[in-house]
Amino acid sequence: MRFAYFPGCTAPGSAIEFEMSTQAVLEPLGLQFDEIPNWICCGATMGHTTDDNLALALPAKVLLNAREMGGGLEVATVCAACYNRLRATNYEVQHREDRRAAVARILGEEYGGDVGVRHLLDIVVNEIGTEALSEKATKKLGGLKVASYYGCLLVRPPKMVAFDDPEEPRSMDRLVDAIGGEPVDWTHRTECCGGSFTLSKISIVRRLVNDILSAAKDAGAECIIAACPVCQPNLDLRQAEVEKQYGEDYGIPVLYFTQLLGLSLGASPEAIGLDKVIVDPRPLLSAKGLI
Amino acid sequence: MQLKVPGPMVVSDFTQQVEAIIGQSVSKCYQCGNCTAGCPAAPEMDFGPQRIIRFVQLGLKDLALTSNTIWTCASCVTCTTRCPQEVDITGVMDALRIIAQREHYPVQDRYVTALNDIFLGNIRTFGRQYEIGLIGKYNLRTRQFFKDVMLGPKLFFKGKLKLLPHRSGNVREVREIFRRVKEESAASSANRAGRA
Repeated sequence: MRFAYFPGCTAPGSAIEFEMSTQAVLEPLGLQFDEIPNWICCGATMGHTTDDNLALALPAKVLLNAREMGGGLEVATVCAACYNRLRATNYEVQHREDRRAAVARILGEEYGGDVGVRHLLDIVVNEIGTEALSEKATKKLGGLKVASYYGCLLVRPPKMVAFDDPEEPRSMDRLVDAIGGEPVDWTHRTECCGGSFTLSKISIVRRLVNDILSAAKDAGAECIIAACPVCQPNLDLRQAEVEKQYGEDYGIPVLYFTQLLGLSLGASPEAIGLDKVIVDPRPLLSAKGLI
Repeated sequence: MQLKVPGPMVVSDFTQQVEAIIGQSVSKCYQCGNCTAGCPAAPEMDFGPQRIIRFVQLGLKDLALTSNTIWTCASCVTCTTRCPQEVDITGVMDALRIIAQREHYPVQDRYVTALNDIFLGNIRTFGRQYEIGLIGKYNLRTRQFFKDVMLGPKLFFKGKLKLLPHRSGNVREVREIFRRVKEESAASSANRAGRA
């Protein structure tokens, strides 16, 4: 299956292991991601909280560039924030004549929301399917206890973005199950980590991250997986300062779902960037005989 | 909290101004409070989202636009998802932030607006985000020189902070988009002023 790939701005930098592990799983899964030429930033939360026209114009430009690639390709992305903005833009121009006209005036080109947008998690679970995935996963995870963290933007608002239940999603849990892990039942799958405030309102972020880590620990999770390059650093990079502030000792590795997936498909620890994660997952994975 | 609201505080077209941005009526809200109950940032807000929606219904523009709530909303969309009346509360928060900035209301939270400004400025310059530039400029602008100073080396030595920006080949077109967005947004504000 071929897609027009939108990596998003975190891919070459802060979420480099998300990008590396995404590239590592494509071939074994029979996927081809062709990068959208000259793609631009989707504007993220900063765009839609500042200007309603900018919020649609930037993603619409990305989608028009994808359409120019020809072949009626759908866009694939791994960033939950990019995914959300691209899907929200499609919804707005499909449902509101005034917004569609504004986008056409700004871009000098009509865009009616006809380029489909998929998240890699959706593609893996719903196109490839858990049965086929289970067959491809030659290195099963040996019952590793995994808390699947979906966050906000992958599942909300459901009418614009959801391929899963907005309150009780299970796509990632099913993926974990298919590759031999044990999905833990926990309470904070879709609670917000304060992503948009990661630089500006750190006290809120720390409170929310503490709640999430504490819930994962209580549920007996050995690690957390995420599908968003804003959630993962909040839970991983800020884990030490949260532990300090709240007097806790979590030490829970937070991985991208593509990293565990890559491991199960036989990718090397280097290829999926396990060394890039701040709370080192290698002692845990090594103790489990997985690396 | 008790609120005394003198009559002149009502701005008659404020409700329509918000509704024009969100493309939906806010009158369906019957004040059940589900939004505030599920809001992860409510403890830090001066008014819960439910109160803000009421302000919008009543045309209480200054109260809505000067509350810290609109800058404390994390855009997590939990409220919109759970609203039994399908009111897009997150969309209302966006609309209020947009109006507050367009009309130069005294912004309660310079940290959030400074970040937005630098983030969007980077897109305008490079077509894409420039992470180390974002963090550096933000700390300078908000005079928090040592904020997160311990995190920088952690990221850098993991190869997660690139010193140079990763440019898009589309920068000229991006600048044109920003220019036209400015015109478009100014025109929609002017239309509104013309009608009022």
